[in-house]
Amino acid sequence: MDARNFTFMFYGFLAAWLIVMLYVIVLARRGARLKKELDAVKKIASHPEQHADRR
Amino acid sequence: MREKIAIGTAAAAAALLANNLYQMFMVLPDEALQGAIYRILFFHAPAALVGMIGYFVALTFSILYLSSKNFLHDSLAASVVEVSLVFSVVNLVTGSIWARVIWGIWWTWDARLTSALVCVLIFFGYLVMRRAIEEPTQRARLSSALCIFGCVDVVIVYKSIDWFRTQHPGPVLDFRTGGGKMDPAMAHIFWLNFLAILLVAVALVLVRTRQESTAREIDSLRRLAHTAA
Repeated sequence: MDARNFTFMFYGFLAAWLIVMLYVIVLARRGARLKKELDAVKKIASHPEQHADRR
Repeated sequence: MREKIAIGTAAAAAALLANNLYQMFMVLPDEALQGAIYRILFFHAPAALVGMIGYFVALTFSILYLSSKNFLHDSLAASVVEVSLVFSVVNLVTGSIWARVIWGIWWTWDARLTSALVCVLIFFGYLVMRRAIEEPTQRARLSSALCIFGCVDVVIVYKSIDWFRTQHPGPVLDFRTGGGKMDPAMAHIFWLNFLAILLVAVALVLVRTRQESTAREIDSLRRLAHTAA
């Protein structure tokens, strides 16, 4: 088996999974941010008068 | 419930991928002319197919949005486009690495490669445009129109190897050639890996649609809080 051929095959597999894993990380971070935002907005929605007073 | 389905789908994909990798490296021989590098095909072409299927699913949701004005369809279209774009990028990058060994170049401006790059740029533009437009109705309407426009290019990508003489190899899959271009053992692993990558894409779309519904919930709570205040 040609070593260079095998090396590039490895790069191909690595690149494919790196791109997918990067996207999974982006999704996870976005999910965490949305959850935080939802909790904050829920708090505001449950006591709107307190937040209105602060304005 | 949706999270459990996503986890189940991802687990099934992982099990299938583990089996496929074993088959690719331990069972299948090297290809006579290309050597080991041909194995990139098992990710390159399924990623392209999954991307194309995704764009047509997004097209369906975009048309549904335009006819119903239901924002759920718009969210689903955006989720599917985002995941499909990831697989289109995988397709371009793995193809480029394969080309470096087989053709001696990373890239050439032939019809298949160029139309595939244009497709990635159109759908990347779709996602950028969505972030730039604040007003939900206008965003959904323009996104649906761009998705329909983008899918015309997807058809050109698919048919380019039939319509033009390209540096890119011609069709090899049985459903396009009628058979005889790919060894049945290789074709078997190819379709198993297509299924695995499709399952990965489904799991990612499920997670992404969950995020879209959370974002819609945040928007409606914000409006509610604003009205109450």
